[in-house]
Amino acid sequence: MIHSFSSKVFNCVNNVFLLLLSAIMMFPLWREISISLSSKEEALRGGLFLWPREFTFSAYRYILGTDYIWAAYGNSIFVTVVGTALALLFTSSTAYPLAKRTLPWKSVFSVIIVFTMIFNGGLIPTYLVMRQLHLINTIWALIALNLISAFNVIIMMNFIRALPEELEESAMMDGANPIRIFFSLILPLCKPVLATLALWIAVGLWNNFYQAFIYLNDKSLTTLPVLLRLIIVGQQQESQLGQASDTATESVIAATILVTLLPILAVYPFLQKYFIKGALLGSVKA
Amino acid sequence: MTMPVPTTAESRSKRSAVKTRARDRMREIRKHKHYFLLLAPGIIYFLLFNYWPMLGITIAFKDFRLMDGVLGSPWAGLKWFHLLFQSPDFWVALRNTVIISFYKLIFNFPAPILLALLLNEVYHTGFKRIVQTIVYFPHFVSWVILGGILFSLFSTGSGLLALFGQSVSPLMDPGKFRSMLVLTEMWKEVGWSTIIYLAAISGINPELYDAARMDGANRYHLIRHITLPSIAGTIVILLILRTGHILNVGFDQIFILYNPLVYNVADVLETYVYRVGITMGRYSFATAAGLFQSVVGLLLLLFTNRVAKRFGEQGIW
Repeated sequence: MIHSFSSKVFNCVNNVFLLLLSAIMMFPLWREISISLSSKEEALRGGLFLWPREFTFSAYRYILGTDYIWAAYGNSIFVTVVGTALALLFTSSTAYPLAKRTLPWKSVFSVIIVFTMIFNGGLIPTYLVMRQLHLINTIWALIALNLISAFNVIIMMNFIRALPEELEESAMMDGANPIRIFFSLILPLCKPVLATLALWIAVGLWNNFYQAFIYLNDKSLTTLPVLLRLIIVGQQQESQLGQASDTATESVIAATILVTLLPILAVYPFLQKYFIKGALLGSVKA
Repeated sequence: MTMPVPTTAESRSKRSAVKTRARDRMREIRKHKHYFLLLAPGIIYFLLFNYWPMLGITIAFKDFRLMDGVLGSPWAGLKWFHLLFQSPDFWVALRNTVIISFYKLIFNFPAPILLALLLNEVYHTGFKRIVQTIVYFPHFVSWVILGGILFSLFSTGSGLLALFGQSVSPLMDPGKFRSMLVLTEMWKEVGWSTIIYLAAISGINPELYDAARMDGANRYHLIRHITLPSIAGTIVILLILRTGHILNVGFDQIFILYNPLVYNVADVLETYVYRVGITMGRYSFATAAGLFQSVVGLLLLLFTNRVAKRFGEQGIW
């Protein structure tokens, strides 16, 4: 390969640019970490916070000492864990029969599912249905609304279709019925795609603000994103009124943000590969 | 000419053929009963949570009252649509939706393409991977969190405003708010959106590059004449599909970031429907607004999908 002078200059400029870009991308998060580790007074004074000032864990101690953060954590974990498990179960149980070429009325079922990708009832009609199902102000609202998406069914169906049919046939010969085959043979074979979908669904549920905000008004049902929103809005109102309380200082907000972000920060570096795979799976269909 | 009259024997055989076909059908269905059993919860789910709400769209044409329910409420014709089209707030929201979407399209669509090209030119794999890890991450930061970070970052005390000689937060300034929407979305998604382009680039036959280099092509030539044309198909398809979503700005970003000072430039259809419907409880009116959005959105999507398919089949150039 020829490395001309201009090519080297380009490399240099390109690398510096990407380095700067990475720094800009990191800065807001880094600053937030710094603030969360600074004292209340220093955090209030503001600044660029390239480093914590008057290093202290007091903001974390404060927020982790409140009941509401643990209640919100519990709700968020419940929604994420139960919601993801159920979503995987019902997405695959819907996809497996549709992957069978011989299934009668297969195209009817497919149309029913695919049509939901391009048209939906919209916010108000969905809200009214949720009301009638008595799901408003229950944690199940979030789980129900994110249980099965047409998109995930299609991804799953394509994966199952690519599995070798002989396995299934030999299990049939042994007298296993399709439901047993689904649970004991197909689901284990689907592990790679299940892992990718699980990550995807879990992040979506963990970060879900919109639906939690609309469907859960009960204080005991607050999830982490909604709690964070309440704290931030509270701080803005207090600062407009010229008051300040312990619950909503800059450093406590920063600590709450990091506590919310922590699970994602913890798994992201290790599972990045699966996230990327998920993104590509999605785009193939689009 | 006389029509051939079917004999009784013929018609009997025809009838029995119909019968056997029906019997075969029944046997097929019985043979698949386990599959139907597995499929049932999924289909019921879609009927309940997707199709039942579609039925509820009828309240856009009714005087909906909670006590009477969707079916019991009296019809109102196009009353709500007349009111909607006379409402200045609706036109503001529609206008903002199109303008904000358009800005995002102009700036945030090309940005990841450029970034993917630059990332592709990095030969040091370790450095490349680190940059990728960093720029992908903001995608996983929700708007609530990002909102908290931004309010703090652009507060008057943060020092960042002073650095740029500003005194008013751009999030409170109607003249700058839309730019903030574009920039913050770019921060969040530019890295993540490179993934599909990088995948497309990695699919290019390396022999093409080797051959071009033999002919004395430099790196600019390689990008211009091999990389870009090779991913042009992906770009065009994504651009067309993106255009189909022009009425969806994204509720979370606007709702989290906007405030009374910038309502005029920031209120979009999604936040408008929320405010009118959920906050004010004007269900029929809000449903009419939502229906307008989803029908126009559906038409756009069908149209752009057709265009995309056309391009997909014929190749681009």
